[in-house]
Amino acid sequence: MEDAAFPPAPDLLRIGRPAAPRTAAGNGASAADGTPAGNGAPAADGAPGGNAAPAGGESSAGPATAVADEAPPADGPSGPAAPDAAAPRPLVDRWVRLATGAPLLELGERADEVRRRLHPDDVVTYIVDRNVNYTNVCNVYCKFCAFYRAPGSKRGDAYTLSFEEIGAKIDEAKALGGVQVLLQGGVNPDLPFAWYLDLLRFIKREHPIHVHGFSPVEIAWIARMAELPLRDTLLRLREAGLDSIPGGGAEILSDATRRRVSPLKQDTAGWLEVMETAHGIGMRTTATMMFGMGETWAERVEHLLRIRDLQERTGGFTAFIAWPFQEKHTALEGRFEPVTADEYLRVAALSRLLLDNVPNFQASWVTMGPKIGQVSLRFGCNDFGSTMLEENVVSAAGASFRMDEAEIVRLIHDAGFEAARRRQDYTVLERMPREPADARRRAAAV
Amino acid sequence: MTAPPERVQPGARPVSAGSPRTAERLAHRPGPPVEPVRRPVRRHEAGGWPEVSDPGLAAVREKLEAGERLGPQDGLILHETRDLLGLGRLAAAANERRNGDRVSFVLNKHINPTNRCVAFCDLCAFGVHPTKSPDAYTLRIDEIVRQVEGLRELGVTEVHMVGGMVRDVALDFFLELLPRMRAAHPGLHIKAFTAVEIDTYARWAKLPHAEVLNRLVDAGLGSMPGGGAEIFDPEIRRILCDHKCDADTWLGVHRTAHGLGLRSNATMLYGHVEEPRHRVDHLLRLRALQDETGGFMAFIPLAFHPENTRLARRFGLRGGTTGFDDLKSVAAARLLLDHVDHVKAYWIMMSPATAQVALSFGANDLDGTVVEEKIVHVAGATSPQLLPEREIVRLVKAAGKTPVRRDTLYDVVQTY
Repeated sequence: MEDAAFPPAPDLLRIGRPAAPRTAAGNGASAADGTPAGNGAPAADGAPGGNAAPAGGESSAGPATAVADEAPPADGPSGPAAPDAAAPRPLVDRWVRLATGAPLLELGERADEVRRRLHPDDVVTYIVDRNVNYTNVCNVYCKFCAFYRAPGSKRGDAYTLSFEEIGAKIDEAKALGGVQVLLQGGVNPDLPFAWYLDLLRFIKREHPIHVHGFSPVEIAWIARMAELPLRDTLLRLREAGLDSIPGGGAEILSDATRRRVSPLKQDTAGWLEVMETAHGIGMRTTATMMFGMGETWAERVEHLLRIRDLQERTGGFTAFIAWPFQEKHTALEGRFEPVTADEYLRVAALSRLLLDNVPNFQASWVTMGPKIGQVSLRFGCNDFGSTMLEENVVSAAGASFRMDEAEIVRLIHDAGFEAARRRQDYTVLERMPREPADARRRAAAV
Repeated sequence: MTAPPERVQPGARPVSAGSPRTAERLAHRPGPPVEPVRRPVRRHEAGGWPEVSDPGLAAVREKLEAGERLGPQDGLILHETRDLLGLGRLAAAANERRNGDRVSFVLNKHINPTNRCVAFCDLCAFGVHPTKSPDAYTLRIDEIVRQVEGLRELGVTEVHMVGGMVRDVALDFFLELLPRMRAAHPGLHIKAFTAVEIDTYARWAKLPHAEVLNRLVDAGLGSMPGGGAEIFDPEIRRILCDHKCDADTWLGVHRTAHGLGLRSNATMLYGHVEEPRHRVDHLLRLRALQDETGGFMAFIPLAFHPENTRLARRFGLRGGTTGFDDLKSVAAARLLLDHVDHVKAYWIMMSPATAQVALSFGANDLDGTVVEEKIVHVAGATSPQLLPEREIVRLVKAAGKTPVRRDTLYDVVQTY
């Protein structure tokens, strides 16, 4: 790390903070400022709405030399929103320098400050839920995916679940206290629009539960099948029972990387458009980032800036989760160095610092393991995700970590936080009691 | 040693040189011959410690800043603070002053000659009944020698050998084995026998510890690992390993070894039924011996793995140590053991991922490549049994540090 002595300067944590919400939107600077030139990102990669970075932070350029303990970055906007087409490149570079050059633990402390400001009660939440992958048939062929089967696959393990099977899985989850089902599939060209509507109505009628379903790539496909605009499609799906949308499929919101790893998947603008439309009808969604597929740190920063900009306009994201690419059985196996724990924690902290307008951050213990998952609670995360009574997608690619609810609660308590079950909207259902300490157990046993 | 020049602090006492004969005998080990070493102890230096916000930690930091030695109360604060990152930054500062940004590892292999053992420790999932277990195994001397021959081509320079204690795999067995290992691989450093094993072999042979150690050194022993320390506190020790030697005996064997010019390591098994005060007591007892001899090279916190152990069944222990606990153990040890040069993040025990993060919490060594490990894996460790050199180097570099390959005595062999 050539920049190891880089001081984490307070102004670096402030620059790029959007000023007043919504004022920056619609400045029409989309293509021009979406992708600063010279980093290998294509010019067509303009995020809708553009990266309205405030000029205030940039004007205080020049690396600060002291590690000053100033107010956390969110205590105030650093300047009036003055979109500056020239700002993003140095802005991105400085975030990259911070993420890669600052000592790991100082980065963590900064992220922890943001976490504490947003969640001062020191509660770490989790949800009891189940993933239901209604089909593994998919026509998107992402190279990083080990889960899908091509339409017409002869391998014999392609499937689409029946409504009854889905209902039975939901009942199992509910019996274990599940309050949500995450419905996610491949993009199966054989399923008509009516199938999705019927499924949602069936679930709400026969097995009522919060349905968190259909990532943006599925939504876009469903809209095509329906021959309806996105907004009308989403309204119909919501009417049938869809409650919220998961943020999957964002991968890296940079078209250079998307073309490389998932050329048939919707582009950056397409993903953001679905989310913006959903937020526009009042539907809440989450946002994600899957990293470690050979993208640059600058692309990661740009990804986060794009999500932040949309959040400034809509406020519709409830949570963010970042996880590293899992390579086993994928077409990209062996292509990239696996992401290390150090890097994961840096990405977690960077995300927390940049996305300080997204309220909740999930730890990715499923990919990083319970230990690093727990440690990420000091690197910005305030949510332990889900008990994942069932998970198929990353486990198909080699992630093998499992934890039951008692273990999740133990880890949260051990880290010094209160543990609470939550609903999908992150409101607390129930605080979990602490187990007796080892000392008492020993006294009882001796 | 390529370590930075060391300042001798007043009151520091060198390792007793032992007889000239000892030095001569030790000269057959690889690397520079062991002088009758003077090991100056180098404590934390005053001034320049990073600021921390947690009030308890800040008080500890003040003492460090003033150059005062930490005491039991400080040790408790280190173990009980909620400010994981503040603790880590203090420990990282302590390590950086001592070891710079170097992170070392060794190319090594574990050999566990037998799993048959008379000690029946409740903490152990490895040992089996010496005669009645269908899972029992004992390697023949020929088999071990053959394994060692293969190591030469792999560039492996260290064997870490510990195992179960039975009378047919005791002093005589090893007096025969060690010379043959060295003949098979002259560059090999044999790091073997916990203090518990030495004490047991000594009792069985009705010999003093020093005599047993002398004979083993003559046969080719290069240094001693730090196992068997577990937790020194007698109440906890009785629960963990009732039949193992007590704290004073364990410390006595190491004192004797240091007196003979043998270097050794120290360990602590944490994450079972002990409390923070027991860990602090353990670390301070080790520190006291280090004050006397300076003979410990490294401290290695060992994460307890509960699976398949009687201890876990008795106490309903589940899940093993947490990431927080692993990192705290590394950091607290780095700060309390102010004159042990190296703190090891033992990836076999804490997982490679946590070990990498521990490099930001005061650890400066990753042990080794460890071709095949048995003891912890029987207890449910899911870590791989081998971390290739390339992967260790990658993990260290990804953590922003400089990887160096070392020999067993921590002399740098190669910088990457």
